[in-house]
Amino acid sequence: MKAWTDSARAELRRLMLWPVTWVLTGVWLTLQILFSFVFPYIAYRSEDPDAFQGGPAGEILASMLPSSAPELLIAGTPMFGGAVVMIFAALAVGSAYGWGTWKTVLTQGPGRAAATGGMVAAIGTCVAVLVLVSAAVVLGMSAGVAGLESQAIDWPAFGDMAASVGATFLVLGMWAAGGLFLGAFTRGPALSVGLGLLWTLAVENLLRGVANLIDGLEAVTDVLPGSSAGSLAGAVGASSSGATATPGVFDALSGPAAAGVVAAYLVVFAAITFMLIKRRDVV
Amino acid sequence: MDANIVSTDRLTKRYGEHIAVDQVSLSVRRGEVYGFLGPNGAGKTTTLRMLLGLVKPSGGSALVHGMVPGSPDSLRRTGSLVEGPGFFPYLSGLENLRVIAQYRGLGRGEAEEALERVELASRGKDRFRTYSLGMKQRLGVAAALMGRPDLLVLDEPTNGLDPAGMASMRRLIQDLSEDGQTVLLSSHLLAEVQQFCHRVGVVVGGRLAYEGTVSDLRGARMLKVHAEPIEKAVQVLTGTATGEVELTDDEDGRTVLAADADGIDVPTLVRGLVASDIDVHSVSVSERSLEDVFLTMTEAEK
Repeated sequence: MKAWTDSARAELRRLMLWPVTWVLTGVWLTLQILFSFVFPYIAYRSEDPDAFQGGPAGEILASMLPSSAPELLIAGTPMFGGAVVMIFAALAVGSAYGWGTWKTVLTQGPGRAAATGGMVAAIGTCVAVLVLVSAAVVLGMSAGVAGLESQAIDWPAFGDMAASVGATFLVLGMWAAGGLFLGAFTRGPALSVGLGLLWTLAVENLLRGVANLIDGLEAVTDVLPGSSAGSLAGAVGASSSGATATPGVFDALSGPAAAGVVAAYLVVFAAITFMLIKRRDVV
Repeated sequence: MDANIVSTDRLTKRYGEHIAVDQVSLSVRRGEVYGFLGPNGAGKTTTLRMLLGLVKPSGGSALVHGMVPGSPDSLRRTGSLVEGPGFFPYLSGLENLRVIAQYRGLGRGEAEEALERVELASRGKDRFRTYSLGMKQRLGVAAALMGRPDLLVLDEPTNGLDPAGMASMRRLIQDLSEDGQTVLLSSHLLAEVQQFCHRVGVVVGGRLAYEGTVSDLRGARMLKVHAEPIEKAVQVLTGTATGEVELTDDEDGRTVLAADADGIDVPTLVRGLVASDIDVHSVSVSERSLEDVFLTMTEAEK
């Protein structure tokens, strides 16, 4: 057990000192702030009905207030937040092959399972912290909008916010596990990141487009990683249609079903990562 | 306790059709400096990787500290640097060692101490990425030293070092050996290992071609005589030498006489040559360098 905690602490230490960790955190928080608050707010203030997807001004304002925080937190994660954490995890594992640090780590004698477990725990911790920071930012920014517009601060119900935090962690955790799998599978940073982005941003969307044309394919595309994550976000309250819709959010599966599928992907990706690192030669 | 800290029995690694390591049976004794020699691509690094559990053997077996290679207990007692140092480029040298010490379950002081041991303490705060090749290599050795393991596995430790760096690396290895640590080091530079290796194993084309002491490997000393007229000199030398007398060319392309130096009294030989009215240009007794032996072995394999 000590080997596992030692590995997790060592890995966390090097991830905390890695500039990439902070660059990607900054990128995600910037995207979150721009798309959830800055752009909608500009649209709202312009009083031009066509400025922001043509929605009524009142609806746009409501979407930025604290009562919408659970939806705001998760809305961008199925596609964009997921892509960011996937890049992070894939780089963390893939680069370790490129730098030869896997070799260095494994020859210290933690055992392959403990070394992998420590890395999974360290990345899981990073994702958890990111979700909490992101939740704090969303709550803070929405309170700021309420203050600016002299609206009463109507905090979301604790249960709704907790459900959103949990679902966001599940969605980002799944994409991070996907990144781990790709990094371990390709044993390099470039191909793993490329494949991951191709899948999240292009392939799944294309498949969904094709599913409209071919009968029966929809049943398959509904349970793909991105779609399941989108359904989970939809179930938590993010809107999949209308003026405040976010790309990547769906309502194909019920909340519990989507959470189950997302959790299953997370477990399967992590399990394959363990197996790959355990079995393959390190050269 | 087993006298061998490392032993392999017909250890083999196959990559498809290609056999990288072919039934290598070697043994490293506790407390010695063992030189693992061979040209590039001979299978040295693959063998070392198997001893560290990074690569699974296709056949045969190995024991390190009496345990299966790559088992946590075996690795905790082994420090290694294989095929170049692998560090996080964005961390300082010191921070890299701290991360590795944490993975190894060691205290914080180990990193500073190891850094001083390889004379890198003054650059410890700089990022690994900014290090020269030689500094990277020294940091790799520092990582291997942490926790004072019984066995050090060093793959080409002097790679990328300048002559001064090579000399200090040699001193370091000798110090380690004097402290009782066992060192298994690979090299393709034979001249540098012959000075301090107790025993050597020579691997050519994946096979262990020789294992034993350096002096046994080098064999007998050679006597070379450059004298004229050559025919008369041959007669004199044949009368004195116990073994066969051969005619070979020296570095400058001149024909010289060569014979086994054992049993020849050089002053008597020279007096005999001079008495026979032969002009003696040079007389030398030389040991065969490992390079010579090595080339012969490599040629024989082809």
